[in-house]
This record gives sequence, C-alpha cells and structure tokens, in this order.
Amino acid sequence: MRELKILAVVIFFTAVVYWGVEPFAHSQMHPHVAPADFTFKDLGASAKKGDAAKGAETFLSAGCTGCHGVSSQGMAAPMDNASASASFGVTPPDLSSAGAIYDKNYLAALIKEPTKALKVEHKFNESRPHPMIAFFGLGGDIDQEVADIVAYLQSIAPVAPMDDKQVYADACQRCHDMKYDKLMSTTDKAALMSYMGTVPPDLSMMIRSKGKEYLSTFINNPQKQLPGTSMPRVGLSEKAQNQVVAYMEKVGDRKKAEREDLGYKLIGYMVLFTLLAYAWKVKIWKEVH
Amino acid sequence: MAEIKKAEGIIDWLDQRLAVKVLTKVLMTEYWIPKNINFLWAMGVVLVVLFKILIISGIFLLMYYKPDIKLAFDSVNYTIMQEVEYGWLWRHMHGVAASAIFLVIYIHMFTGIYYGSYKKGREMIWLTGMALFGIFSAEAFSGYMLPWGQMSYWAAQVITNLFGGIPFIGEALVIWIRGDFLVADATLTRFFMLHVLLLPLVIILLIAIHFYSLRIPHVNNQESEELDFDVEAKKYLEGKKVESKVVPFWPVFLSKDFFVVGVALTLFFYLVCFHFDFAMDPINFEPANNMKTPAHIYPEWYFLWSYEVLRGFFFDVGGIAAMDIGLAAFGFANVIFMLLPFLDRNTEHTAPAHKRPAFFVWFWLLLIDMIVLTVYGKLPPTGANAWVGFGAALTFIVLFIVLPIITKMEAKCNGGCK
Repeated sequence: MRELKILAVVIFFTAVVYWGVEPFAHSQMHPHVAPADFTFKDLGASAKKGDAAKGAETFLSAGCTGCHGVSSQGMAAPMDNASASASFGVTPPDLSSAGAIYDKNYLAALIKEPTKALKVEHKFNESRPHPMIAFFGLGGDIDQEVADIVAYLQSIAPVAPMDDKQVYADACQRCHDMKYDKLMSTTDKAALMSYMGTVPPDLSMMIRSKGKEYLSTFINNPQKQLPGTSMPRVGLSEKAQNQVVAYMEKVGDRKKAEREDLGYKLIGYMVLFTLLAYAWKVKIWKEVH
Repeated sequence: MAEIKKAEGIIDWLDQRLAVKVLTKVLMTEYWIPKNINFLWAMGVVLVVLFKILIISGIFLLMYYKPDIKLAFDSVNYTIMQEVEYGWLWRHMHGVAASAIFLVIYIHMFTGIYYGSYKKGREMIWLTGMALFGIFSAEAFSGYMLPWGQMSYWAAQVITNLFGGIPFIGEALVIWIRGDFLVADATLTRFFMLHVLLLPLVIILLIAIHFYSLRIPHVNNQESEELDFDVEAKKYLEGKKVESKVVPFWPVFLSKDFFVVGVALTLFFYLVCFHFDFAMDPINFEPANNMKTPAHIYPEWYFLWSYEVLRGFFFDVGGIAAMDIGLAAFGFANVIFMLLPFLDRNTEHTAPAHKRPAFFVWFWLLLIDMIVLTVYGKLPPTGANAWVGFGAALTFIVLFIVLPIITKMEAKCNGGCK
C-alpha cells in the first residue's frame, strides 16, 4: 500500500513536469492557428462554368506557353532550367498536372491576380513585379475566359491517381531539394537565392522537425505560421497536399512502420520479462518476509 | 604464493587464482541490504541498466557517426536513421535513455534527500553521486551537440558563451573551450571526444567510487534506522531470515530490482518507439544554421531549472548587471546540492522527512520550486513569466540559505521541544 502511495506521488510529479515542458510550453511557444482552408475562401469562388474546348484556345491566345510547358500535350517548356532560372528567378511549372493537384478556385484566382493568390504581395509590387504576369483577358468576359482555362487544365490533367512523389515533384521541386531521395530543385541555387532572399530549405527531414499538423496548415497558407515568409501559398487541394506530406514522411521517416511494428514486440517482450521477474521476486521474498 | 592444487572444476580453478568464491560473497551473496526498503531503492539499478543501454547503443552509433560539421547531420539522420539496419533503433534508444536517465537521477536524488541518505557517514555517497550528476550533465550537453541540428548549434553557442561571464579570463576561456572564435568544426570535434571518451571514462570511475562509498556506511532504509549489519547478517546466515533486518544483494535485493527494471524498460520501449519527441526535440531535426536564430532557444528539460535560475534575474540591481547576477545564481545552483550534507546542521540525527516537520516542508517546497523553475525555464521569458521565474529563482536560493537555520533548530529540539 505504501509503495503504491509513493508510486502515485512519483507519477504525479513526473506527469506535472511532462505536461509543463511539453504540451503546455509548446502551446505557449507556438500559438494555435486556424485549421487549413482548402476552399481558399479569401479568394472567392467564380460562379462561371468553364468550357474545356474554348479553354484550350484561350490558353494558347493568352500566352501561357510563353513561359509554361505542358509536356503531356507535347508542349515543351520554352526555356531550359538554367535560362528560366536566370530570366524568372525560378523555373515556371509545367502545367500538365496543374488541374489535378491545385484547387479550381485557387487556379482561377492565380491566373487573374498571381500575387494575391500566392500571398506574396509583401514581396512583389509595381516596382518589383512578380514573374507571372496577371491575365488581363482577351476582350470578352474575363471570368468566363479564366473559367475556361481552368476547365482546360482540368481536362488534360491525368485521370489515373498520381503517385505521392510525382505530386511533390510537380508542386515543390522547383524550389526545394529532397536530398535524402536524391531529388534536387530544378531552379539554379544562386538564382533562387536572389529570387527568394534565402535558399529554400531541404525538405528531407521536415516531417520530423515540423510534424504533420504544422505542415498541413503551413503548406496550405505559409503566412499563417510564418508571417513574412517568401514561400508562396501554392494552392494544393486537400488530397494533393496530403500526398505531399505522405511523401515527406516516406523520405524523412522511412522506418516508421518498422519502428511501430518492432515497438509492440519490444513492449510485449518486456511485459513478459516483468511478469516473470515479479513471480520470481514473490518466490524469493516469501522466504524473508 | 598460495598453494595451487589440481582443480576439481572450472570454479575451483578460478577460485584458486582469483578467489571468485570470496569475491562473490563480498559483492553479491553476503553484501547486505536493509530489508525495510521500497521501490525507490531500485533506482540505482535502473540507472545502471540505462547507462549500459547508453554505452551499448553509443558504441553502435559511433560506427557510423562523423564528427565533422559538413557530415554530422546527414550521418545521423540519413546514414544511421535510414541506411543502417536498425540504426534508428539505436539512435532512439540512445536519445530516449539520455532523457530518461535524468528523470531517474532526479528521483534517486530526491529519495536520498527525503530519507536523509546524504549524512552521518553517507556524505561520500552523496558527493560522488552529485559529481556523477555534474559529469552526466556535461555528457548530455556534449552529446546533444553531435547531430549538429539547429538546437545543437544554438545551445552550444549560448552555453559556451556563459563562460564569458567569468571575471578576467572569461573571453579567453570561451575561445579556448570552443577552439575557435565561434562554435565551429573544432568545437564539434572536441565535444565529440569529450562525449565518447573522456567523460564516459570519468563516469565509469565515479560509478565505481559511488558503489564503493556505500560499503562502509551501508544502504539506508525507509525508517533511516541504524542497523548493526554484523548482527543482522549473522541472523540471516543462521537461517533466521524472517527475523533478520537485512537481505543479501543477490538474489533477494536484485530479484526486486529486476521487476522494477522490467517495468521501467516496458515504459522505456514505449517511449523509444511511440513517444520520443520529448527526448528528441523536433527542432534538432533541422540542420544547424548560424544565420538563422531559432525563435525559442531552450535546453533539454533536465537543465531547465538551472537555466531558469540563470534567466530569472533579468534586471540590474545597484549597478550589477542582470547577466552577472544570473551567472552568480547559476553557479550557486550548480554547486549547492553538492554541499547539502554540510548545510544540514542536524548532523547526529537521521530520519525520513516525514519525521522532521520543518525539513518536510522544506523538501516539498524545494521540489515544487524546481518544477516551477523547470516549466518556466521553457516558456518565453516575457511579461508575467519573467516575474514567476524571478520569484522561483529567488525562492531556490532562499531555501538553501534557510536550510542550515531550520536544521540547526531541529538539532536543538532532538528528542524534545515542539
């Protein structure tokens, strides 16, 4: 009985210390932010219904292919990575999968007002324009034209589910390295440095340093967790973002499954050991009590 | 030379040369431990087990770790964590054991304080124990630097910088410790040497002395009763095992310890595989970057109380800079536990804290104050937090100043006044 009382005291004070330095301290150091918003409410939603066939024409007339490649449609990028890095600061994305991995409303907002959708208005303005030029319309209803382009991008997007690594490559690899999977950024580092102000971090261990919860709100809206950061909001759909995080976990925490599987075995072994040790203890102490 | 005869077996052969039978008696079967103890007396053996885990896992990690600032991070996080079979297991065990061992050290230490196991002949046990605490702290700090993550670098920067506060030689001392003007490659390599060679050697030596220092005064018991070990041992050997107040180290004492070790390791492996962030701070999975100061710099949890004593004094007093007051308080906090046997002025009387009313209050105040310091040591030191930290740091110092007074009063009242 006395031992149990002592044990309760030890557990109580240990638990208080743990609570204080872990959950409580972290809640004070990293204030809670609102959960990820995959509807991108701040950008509004267009009521227009897009027409993919018209969108294909609009896409070409709007000059998108001046910078972007669409490799799945046989449109190669107009510049190689080195010259694109030098001209834009960062390589423009190939748009083959854009309709699949980015949110529809986000894409529409991005085409009309890139800096607003990307949330980089603090970095780009009239004197330092963003390399992606806003689409001013071809003379008709601009919202309809934008909706058509988005419909076109969705129509050419891969139908089969994309694998996690491909989603990551299309969404993140232009700026970030994933050293532990030998996937390096397509943009030249020096260009990236002057474009972003700093070389974007390697993402190999990000899953362990930031954790899933932080990453899910951060990727969805970097400004929420890190005000002033030059990382743009990329506009991934919920599914695509989960795939990116899953890929990050695959690279940075590759042994997770093995760890958890072994965990049960180790604990099971120790429980057995403890029970045997207890039985032995009772036997030995019977003689002396 | 002893007469060597033809041996009757391997034990006899060894016994003739190494006296293994006497040795076994001295160390195991006739090493007497009081019977009246609780599970807190098993913490010593739990510590030995955790230390063994640290040594063994450390040896495995050492085979792949690279003490070079360009290679260290990847050698830990890629080579060990991903490439090497079960490398992650050794690393997780090493990191979690390093944190867990401090929890058990603190339990062990507060057990000693509660039951008065630091005085009346047991001073050397206490002193070697506190020396172990000091060297373990250095061991933990140097080990934390090795993965060369963000907190490795910034903690090294902040802590080595503290030596700059020492009058006259401070500035030169910081450079001497770092081996460079900044925390850099030379710093990493020398802390690596300390972590894997010099400090473990000192720890092993101190553990040997710590164990040896138990032999003469013997292990204390739950009632702090003074036993005549010779008489009690004789009873036990005569077969009056129930009547005797002692039990042999092997198998009786250890049978209980094995059980406690089993419980401890069950919890340990749960932490290793499922709940390790408390011991392996996520921020240290970000590579060291001397251009990017982390928003919050804090040490591992087991250093937080003394860190908060350092930070607690945040304003200048009478022309003395806050930093200097904090450093002095920090120095005080790090040596004062060592002096405990001499601050307790009731030297003739040993009793558990619940039989020493004033000391009982003192004990729980100290424990609560150290927990407050620990928690506030991690919180950002702004606004009200700074004042709570200041209050707790001051309380800590005052507690050790009043200890000789209350124990002196207690000594005067021995066997009498209320």
